[in-house]
Amino acid sequence: MNGKPGESGPAESRRAGSRMRLAGLVRKEFLQILRDPSSIAIAFLMPVVLLFLFGYGVSLDAEHMPVGIVVEKPDQDTSRFLGSFRQSRYFEPVLLSTMPEAVEALESGTIDAIIHLRQDFSKKRKTSGDAPMQVIVNGVDANTARILSGYIEGAWIRWLGHEAIAEGTDLKIPVQMEHRVWFNSELRSRNYLVPGLIAIIMTLIGALLTAMVMAREWERGTMEALMVTPVARREIILGKLIPYFTLGIGGMALSVLLAVFLFNVPLRGSVIVLFAASSLFLLTALGMGLLISILAKNQFVAGQAAIIVTFLPAFILSGFIFDINSMPAPIQVITHLIAARYFVAILQTIFLAGNIWSVIAWNALALVVMSTVFLGISRRKFRKRLE
Amino acid sequence: MANLQPEGTCKAGNGNAIITLLNVSKSFVTGKRTIQALDNVSARVQRCMITGLVGPDGSGKTTLMRLIAGLLEPDKGTVTALGRDATAESLLVQASAGYMPQRFGLYEDLTVSENLNLYADLQGVPGDARHERFRELMHMTGLGPFVSRLAGRLSGGMKQKLGLACTLVRYPQLLLLDEPTVGVDPVSRRELWSIVSRLVREEGMSVLLSTSYLDEAENCNEVIMMFEGQILGQDRPEKFSSTMEGRTFTVSVPGMKGRILQKKLLMREDVTDAIVQGDCIRLVMQTQGNPDASALVPDTPDITLRPVQPRFEDAFISVLRQQRSARIMNREEDTKPGPSPGGNGGNVIEVKNLKRRFGDFYAVKGVTFSVERGEVFGLLGPNGAGKSTTFRMLCGLLPPTEGMLSVAGHDLRRAPSAARAHIGYMSQKFSLYGNLSVRENLRFFISVYGLTGNAGQKKIQWALDQFELGDHAESTSNDLSLGHKQRLAMACSLMHEPDILFLDEPTSGVDPLARREFWHRINALAEHGITVLVTTHFMEEADYCDRLAIMTAGEVLALGTPAEIKSEVRSAKIPEPTMEDAFISLIQTSARGERAS
Repeated sequence: MNGKPGESGPAESRRAGSRMRLAGLVRKEFLQILRDPSSIAIAFLMPVVLLFLFGYGVSLDAEHMPVGIVVEKPDQDTSRFLGSFRQSRYFEPVLLSTMPEAVEALESGTIDAIIHLRQDFSKKRKTSGDAPMQVIVNGVDANTARILSGYIEGAWIRWLGHEAIAEGTDLKIPVQMEHRVWFNSELRSRNYLVPGLIAIIMTLIGALLTAMVMAREWERGTMEALMVTPVARREIILGKLIPYFTLGIGGMALSVLLAVFLFNVPLRGSVIVLFAASSLFLLTALGMGLLISILAKNQFVAGQAAIIVTFLPAFILSGFIFDINSMPAPIQVITHLIAARYFVAILQTIFLAGNIWSVIAWNALALVVMSTVFLGISRRKFRKRLE
Repeated sequence: MANLQPEGTCKAGNGNAIITLLNVSKSFVTGKRTIQALDNVSARVQRCMITGLVGPDGSGKTTLMRLIAGLLEPDKGTVTALGRDATAESLLVQASAGYMPQRFGLYEDLTVSENLNLYADLQGVPGDARHERFRELMHMTGLGPFVSRLAGRLSGGMKQKLGLACTLVRYPQLLLLDEPTVGVDPVSRRELWSIVSRLVREEGMSVLLSTSYLDEAENCNEVIMMFEGQILGQDRPEKFSSTMEGRTFTVSVPGMKGRILQKKLLMREDVTDAIVQGDCIRLVMQTQGNPDASALVPDTPDITLRPVQPRFEDAFISVLRQQRSARIMNREEDTKPGPSPGGNGGNVIEVKNLKRRFGDFYAVKGVTFSVERGEVFGLLGPNGAGKSTTFRMLCGLLPPTEGMLSVAGHDLRRAPSAARAHIGYMSQKFSLYGNLSVRENLRFFISVYGLTGNAGQKKIQWALDQFELGDHAESTSNDLSLGHKQRLAMACSLMHEPDILFLDEPTSGVDPLARREFWHRINALAEHGITVLVTTHFMEEADYCDRLAIMTAGEVLALGTPAEIKSEVRSAKIPEPTMEDAFISLIQTSARGERAS
């Protein structure tokens, strides 16, 4: 700028110019966000839809499972047995008279399991103390099947205990297990799904939205016009980071409020730590989004790339739904490259366990490294040139 | 702080160049092809004048502009702008130059004033100076009433003026305009030129403006002629034309169709160029001196030959011809008369009160015309006039909202597929399979129309011969030059021997020689009895049509032969109107009529 040396020093006027340019870029970005229905959808609508979907719809808990009970010869014993199933919130017992009927129901999917009590059930239990009970479980969904057979066993043992008390005898089980669940004592899957969702939502805003809007500037030729102004690379990058960082934090705040007040997810750690960790993750996501758009320069490719390299891994490989420890070893190694993995660990800890620094510190460190790497590469790759 | 005042009086003529290019080369790699966008180019652009960078698409104009703006790095050579190295000190160049890219660089979801404010922020215009500057700019561009309209809702001409206003928020010393007049209607083109010349005259700006419209060269103080990455010459536009002195004529033969006469003239070895202009032919000879009129075309005693003023385009074509020694047309082409030459076979296209609505917007509002067999019929109008929509309805690609239209005797509303068998369509964008070779594309179209075996092979060979694509038969379509792509697209649209050919903007973005060649093919088709409908935004191409309709905003403003349309606007002020004069005057009359009603 061919300026007149005036009352303010050149350095100061340079700073003022830079502030003005940055403010202009940030204002422009916010106006665009407000006017573009697709950014509104990604930034506000998607989080709410996802939260409701995972808060209400998707539940990994097995409750009210329909179980067919075939009693060949009903008597007092079997009706008490049935009663113990009726009382449980895990089961929805259906009384069926014959096995073929039950098999048909299992095949058609109206029940998930068959409990078969033979006609000599009561007699054998009383005489030999060894009453056979047949349990057939639909194993198509392995997870549910495992839970179901465990619950049936539990219900059966509880019934045995009741029977023993009623008869005034001791139940003869050599070791008795008394278990207590910590952190999520009700075993509600919502309690760990909803915090994990915050990572997904921030990936959407940070990586997907940012990659798309940056690519849009290349596609529509506005980037070319920006580059010939005296704007610096740093200002263009900050002009994108600031608005989408704000948007991401907004998405996070919305998710936290909904989680705590609507879904009653406990928040045991501190809000400040939560905010700090979220900021770190958001910077990583923004870095990935920027890098993708710098490499792709085309909205379609940028969108696809962002979904494949950021969104899907955050969904599948972050431990958000699927436990990392039960993944095959090579996949477990790969999860270390997924930023969302560290953030999901922090989120689940802060929400359900509290400020457990041994968990938070290491994961936060990983996020610091990743955000520095991605933002650093973006800064280096982004040139004020059209090649 | 930023320079907020005009430089004032210009130190013109001190020989001090504002841009200097020294042995600049630049190449790009796309796919397997390396494109030499600029090949050892040297030039100087003077201060305080408009320098035109004139050349067809793909000649390297945009690359040159981007190098000067510091957006690209040269492979070789140096680019100096405003006394600074445009590569090493690009930020400093960018701080005192204004650059408007081809797509204007506007944010379509921001309003006019938000766009202006953004660029004012970026260019460091302080808040208190803005009000006055914006007022000036809005006055200059006539955008005042639209400050709160979204940029995306502006017309093409208004976008272009807003783009210019955004580059002018802080008086730049150097203004770089990359094809500012592309896709803009002629009225807006004239307005832009008057704004730019005022900036040079009153504010002492130096302007480098690129254009592919050869007629715009005459508005520049100096012209740099570019072709295929090289500078063919740099001089005042009059200087270019004056080299053509004594070589340009108009020829006419009463009762002979323009394009028949043109064809006969082009058969001669000593003719550089011959284009149809209304009833007569504009002829450019290879050498100076009056040719013998009666000997020009055999057996035409009543031929008249009149010398005319040379234009820039004549010089351009002449230079190109020396460069490429290319022939305009295949002189040995078969001259067998077609089945039914000339429009005498009755109407093949009938359109009555055709309307098309999109939401609550009428893209086409009540269009009526008819086209005879073997006619070349043009649809002329600016972008957004409804030409392409009309075309799509005629091809049965888009159902009309209202009205009657029949093609080759079939009502398109009832039997679109029967009508479609008679139609060949070449769309505006290259719509072939880019990763297939030329031969594979042809074979695909053959198979689509059910031609197989020997007949199919023969047809492919015919296309390769007729369109001179034999040398490129095995190359991937994407790697072809634009002119060759155009040829291939036309060949593909002819594979099923249609009676009617629809060409949607076939010549946009093609260099003038290729455009001439393309029109010769169209003429040859018409001679063989094929009806050709063509849309174009090149005004001079309207003269090549037998009849045409001028469209704007979904309505037909005028319908008739080129001579009829021109005579409609003949007045004392414009005794010899060109097609562009006719167009502008028709549009202005219609705008006045709208305001009055």
